[in-house]
Amino acid sequence: MKPFIARACAAALIACGTLAGASTVQAAKDSLVLAMVLEPPHLDPTAGAAAAIDEVVYANIFEGLTRIDRNGAVKPALAESWTVSDDGLTYTFKLHQGVTFHDGTAFDSADVKFSLDRALAEDSTNAQKGLFAPIASVEAPDASTVVITLKQAAGNFLFNLGWGDAVIVAPESAATNNAEPVGTGPFKFDRWVKGDRIEMSRNPDYWGTPAKLAKATIKIIPDPAAATAALLAGDVDAFANFPAPEALAQFEGDPRFTVKVGSTEGETILAMNNGRKALSDLRVRRALAHAVDRKAVVDGAMFGYGTPIGTHFAPHHPAYVDLTGRYPYDREKAQALLTEAGYGDGLTLSLKLPPPSYARRGGEIIAAQLAAVGVQTKIEQLEWKGWLEQVFKAKDYDLTIVSHTEPMDIGIYARDDYYFDYHDADFQALMTKLEATVAEKGRYAILAEAQKKLAEDSVNVFLFQLAKHGVWNKDVMGLWENSPVQANDLTEVYWK
Amino acid sequence: MALFLLQRLTALVVTLLVASLVVFLVMEVLPGDPAAVMLGINARPDTLAALRQQMGLDLPAAQRYVLWLGGLASGDLGTSYTYGVSVWELVRERLGLSLPLALIAICLSTALAIPLGVLAAARRGRAADAGVMGFTQLGIAIPNFWFAILLILLFGVHWQILPAGGFAGWEAGAWPALKTLILPAVALALPQAAILARVTRSSVLETLGEDFVRTARAKGLTRSAALWRHAVRNALIPVVTIMGLQFSFLLAGTIIIENVFYLPGLGRLVFQAIAQHDLIVVKDLVMLLAAAVVVVNFLVDLAYAVIDPRLRGGRSYE
Repeated sequence: MKPFIARACAAALIACGTLAGASTVQAAKDSLVLAMVLEPPHLDPTAGAAAAIDEVVYANIFEGLTRIDRNGAVKPALAESWTVSDDGLTYTFKLHQGVTFHDGTAFDSADVKFSLDRALAEDSTNAQKGLFAPIASVEAPDASTVVITLKQAAGNFLFNLGWGDAVIVAPESAATNNAEPVGTGPFKFDRWVKGDRIEMSRNPDYWGTPAKLAKATIKIIPDPAAATAALLAGDVDAFANFPAPEALAQFEGDPRFTVKVGSTEGETILAMNNGRKALSDLRVRRALAHAVDRKAVVDGAMFGYGTPIGTHFAPHHPAYVDLTGRYPYDREKAQALLTEAGYGDGLTLSLKLPPPSYARRGGEIIAAQLAAVGVQTKIEQLEWKGWLEQVFKAKDYDLTIVSHTEPMDIGIYARDDYYFDYHDADFQALMTKLEATVAEKGRYAILAEAQKKLAEDSVNVFLFQLAKHGVWNKDVMGLWENSPVQANDLTEVYWK
Repeated sequence: MALFLLQRLTALVVTLLVASLVVFLVMEVLPGDPAAVMLGINARPDTLAALRQQMGLDLPAAQRYVLWLGGLASGDLGTSYTYGVSVWELVRERLGLSLPLALIAICLSTALAIPLGVLAAARRGRAADAGVMGFTQLGIAIPNFWFAILLILLFGVHWQILPAGGFAGWEAGAWPALKTLILPAVALALPQAAILARVTRSSVLETLGEDFVRTARAKGLTRSAALWRHAVRNALIPVVTIMGLQFSFLLAGTIIIENVFYLPGLGRLVFQAIAQHDLIVVKDLVMLLAAAVVVVNFLVDLAYAVIDPRLRGGRSYE
């Protein structure tokens, strides 16, 4: 009797195993489970700053006039083509025809006008309202043409229209997009089980190349240990940005997975309050730049993943200038500069750290490196809201570590009220000139000059570009390795 | 009985009112502006003002308290700042997970603990007792998240017979949903069972020494009849008390287990809402959980009365 029971159990188990195996194989062909760490607060990219919103809806559900592709280049999206007047003030967009929103309503120039006017309006809650600031008026002369007139030339305008915050929404669904997004993209929203997952499926009426996946599920897994287990168990197929770099080695050694370490738009900096007495001295700022060993920070805080930078610019961008050699790690030089500035006997600064691990772990390492040249730091760990209030708004800090994840954001150094308290007429003039330049070559030259200026002035200690650790099933193809914008673009993803 | 009920109900309402005031005041004192958290670092002041007005944050505190309380009383929990949907909707979705999970865990733990506790008491000092006590020591000593990770590695990653986490949802069918709840329920139930078994054992031991048990044996009842009909029934009051506490804990105190299994439960909703400064959700949830604890306590009081007729005040048994 006993052997029989054992055999029956074994048979049952094998049957279960085969069934489970069979179902994953069948499901695997055209559906994908992608996991993210943070759940979006809502799903309307035009009304919130959270990166997680764009990471779900950008390019999948919503589209703008232009879009940013996997290399960071501006590509046509809902606008088929455009022309720019010679003075750079008038943009005429030709729209795709026969486009419909997921709820069946037709897309035309009125929707574009509505979306842009809404973002510009007095009561707009668009988190990146500044993107639209140059717009003077939006006209829709016919159903497939939109003419945007600018107050002043804005060289980055086409790129800015490709942000998630500038997607086109329909007047019928704008108010409810936060819970039930209705866009024009290749995927349509199915449902959102809050706290667990967001489901979308292929839009059969898509105007462009249809998505290869029939179904995509975005699963929310905040815990690194759970993330590792979920991948190993096959419950999720991909993590576009895996939360535990320390576990990457395990996946690299596993033939079932592909590990891709790409770059993001996250310039991670040791920001300095240029308005504080000690830090208003260029020699002190340069001393700090010499005192920090970027390689040690990347190794210690990021498990070796991250590219050192010497200015506020993404290394993967064609206009990038490598300035990492400007302030080599040199304690003696740092000490000499500090002595020269009158801080030979030491200096005490506050170091306020937001929650991400790059800041918390990096902060400890940098504090030790600064202490070695006689700069003592008082570390204070803050929650995000505290950081926003104290550091970002009230500028009540000396040093902080933060990653600036917005793409192409060198312009923040020209903002007078920004938390670095850096005011430089030359740099602001450069940015004005950049705004007025549309031609790529001219723009790159100005961007190069701007990067050098920031490094010369040592406005902040530029640490490293945040890496993106992608881990996915080796048969999943077409996911982005880098993230030039905050997105998990699934439009070209398929199973081998 | 009616008087007893009335007393308990009044206490319940007063407790809830006091709790609501405390919750509201604490939320008022918290620093940080929910609108600023939502809009991030690039938001302009006029955008912030527009959003604050939309969220009703520009009204005076007293007015907001009364509005909130009135809403609660009429069943309108308000709208989440971040999710933009009604809080009740959010809570209902989460309850669909947390309530069944808590129920399964408490059933599992009771089914395990009471027989084990009674067995240990009946076989005091013998091998069975030592075994049960050893097991309860382990159950209390092992952190439940560690045990949960162990379960995941074995059943989810190694054997791949149960999902490593997540919740399939009831609309996916009862079995797929239950399948995702098995490991979390076991991880939650085991430490609770260990505690409950120890309480049961000591409580039964105490009653076994009482005169009425000896009398029962003397009037001819078998050992086991005396044990189950007299000793166990009389030993249940502390056990029910602990169960009540455990159930309230299981409803919301399971955040660590919810994280390990990435389950969308009530505990994680509270945590998320606090992190995102979604004050209305935090207020509502803390109130709801306070209400749950108070109601469970009320039910436990009622259970006492059922178990022990002497506690039904207002009626004489002489």
